[in-house]
Amino acid sequence: MTGIVGAIIEAWDELRIHRVRVLLALIGVACAVTAITGITAAVTMFGQAMQEETERMSGRDTTLEAWSAGSSSEMSAVEVDAAVDSVAARHQISYHSVRAYLSLNIRGRDVGEYVEWSAVDADHGAITRQGVEDGRWFTEADSERLAPVLVVNQAFLDAYTEGAAASTHPSVVIDGETPVAATVIGEVPVMWNGEGPRAIMLFDQAVRWFPDSVSAEGYQFWVPPELADQFAEVLPRDLAATGVPFDVQKPPAEAFVIDRVLQYLVLGVGGFALLLGGLGLLNIALVTVRYRIREIGIRRSFGATSGRVFFGVLMESVVATTVAGVVGVVIAVAVIKNIPIDRIFGRPIDDLPGFPFDAALVGMACAVGIGALAGLIPAIYAVRVKVIDAIRY
Amino acid sequence: MTVVPLVDLRAVTRHVELPNGSTLEILRGVDLTVGPGEHVAIVGRSGTGKSTLLNILGLLDSPTSGEYLLEGEPVGRLRSRALARRRGDDFGFVFQQFNLLQGRTALENVAAPLLYARGRQFWNRTRLAQQSLARVGLGERLDTRPEKLSGGEQQRVAIARALVRGPRVILADEPTGALDVETGQAIMTLLDDAANETGSALVTITHDLAIAARADRQFRLTDGVLVPIHLDAPVAVAENATVAQSAAVGQAAGLTA
Repeated sequence: MTGIVGAIIEAWDELRIHRVRVLLALIGVACAVTAITGITAAVTMFGQAMQEETERMSGRDTTLEAWSAGSSSEMSAVEVDAAVDSVAARHQISYHSVRAYLSLNIRGRDVGEYVEWSAVDADHGAITRQGVEDGRWFTEADSERLAPVLVVNQAFLDAYTEGAAASTHPSVVIDGETPVAATVIGEVPVMWNGEGPRAIMLFDQAVRWFPDSVSAEGYQFWVPPELADQFAEVLPRDLAATGVPFDVQKPPAEAFVIDRVLQYLVLGVGGFALLLGGLGLLNIALVTVRYRIREIGIRRSFGATSGRVFFGVLMESVVATTVAGVVGVVIAVAVIKNIPIDRIFGRPIDDLPGFPFDAALVGMACAVGIGALAGLIPAIYAVRVKVIDAIRY
Repeated sequence: MTVVPLVDLRAVTRHVELPNGSTLEILRGVDLTVGPGEHVAIVGRSGTGKSTLLNILGLLDSPTSGEYLLEGEPVGRLRSRALARRRGDDFGFVFQQFNLLQGRTALENVAAPLLYARGRQFWNRTRLAQQSLARVGLGERLDTRPEKLSGGEQQRVAIARALVRGPRVILADEPTGALDVETGQAIMTLLDDAANETGSALVTITHDLAIAARADRQFRLTDGVLVPIHLDAPVAVAENATVAQSAAVGQAAGLTA
């Protein structure tokens, strides 16, 4: 016990005495640890942001996409939807939504821009993380409303409601067999810069007001990832059995592969930086040990065993890099916590991950490891010094 | 009943191989016993093996042949760890060039050997170091670094450091070699008193016969051979012994021309 405590005290004293030299060497280690820890954390956040972005486009993990396989039946959109609902209910799939595209015109306004119309179920909001910037998303109760309600983007508001906020519930008249006034209830964020007007309507209301313009050609099923393969096999069979043949596909995993490659790449760069920091520390440690040969000899005269000398010199390096590691991790946490995520990704992350403990652990392990490696050679050198020669050095 | 000597060297030799393949004999059949609390001085010219003998006594070096018994126990059978432990527990070193740890205060220097002690000595090291420094009259200079101390003060710190673990034997290698005569005498008085007070044996290696004459027994080391000599104490023991007096004693001991 006293041996270990003594060695740590001794190591700390050495660092204190040689603090300027050590500090200079440790700046490199601290920077490298900051890089490794920060990058690991940033990649985690970046990955989360990318995933959320992907999920906004194609649904959460795991969303199965179903596309009509060219039914020859005479079923209407409502009948197809009812058939799909029954299959989803049978398999206890909590979230599924139709995704239909339609072509409609706004009365009295021809701004010369194409409006991207789509009709979905209320579940679409949960499946694709449809956060709203203003107003609200659809609820099941909205299907019962007499007039259609819309969720639109800013470009739509600018073009058709003179920029009125969604929360003020502006309305537009949609042309068709029976023109109807639709009320805007929410505004979704833009999906990309320069996005044109976009309007979303509930499928039930779309088939009620514009039955000839709507067909139930696409569906999304949000299923547990571990059951995705099973559902991808069962759903097309069951849907076909009800007379609505659909192709069902799993989303590609490319985004996650790119994410992993990026993580390894930046970790590689961080590791190289750490190696350089470690070499700097090794250099300083070797010079310091040569400079301290007499002192090592004097300590041997105090009764220091060769093991204690070895451990002491090794500990100097490990204690130093551990301190540098803590500093590096703290800096990384401070930087990551203050990154303006909204500005970088254009919108906040819904499920912002906390600072990954793994990243801090990796950073600290790297720091301690490089300290041990950098301390090993000077420690061996210190032990091989003959006591007599050392004292006379 | 036979009293076992603290230190017992029997026919100890020390040879080293030179780069040209020849062998240099540093010590030739040295016999020496030192009892508890005894003061022994070894004189000799430079290069006669005095420091080698002291290093062997302090377990810093090993004899080529012969036997070294420490309280009756052959040290040749001790493994390096046990040797280091006994070196720390039983010996205190005072060097000619003080060998204080640079960058540390006087207190840190004196506490340094206690980092290798166990139990109470380890945990109470600061208090013990303070007491040891107070004993050599440096109780007010605890936080002073060696470079700010005079030569005599530095050697007093070194003595405090040698005494702090309560060694059985104090080994002093030219303790006054870097000091003027008066300061040297004062340091030796301090060392003698401290050794007497703690009951430690004191083995001093010196060129200075006036210093050697203070010891209970004196030896001369010539060409690796240790022979007992007798120096008359009255002249040399005097606190204010001069170089001339030392030279006179030297002539008597056959050390000077």
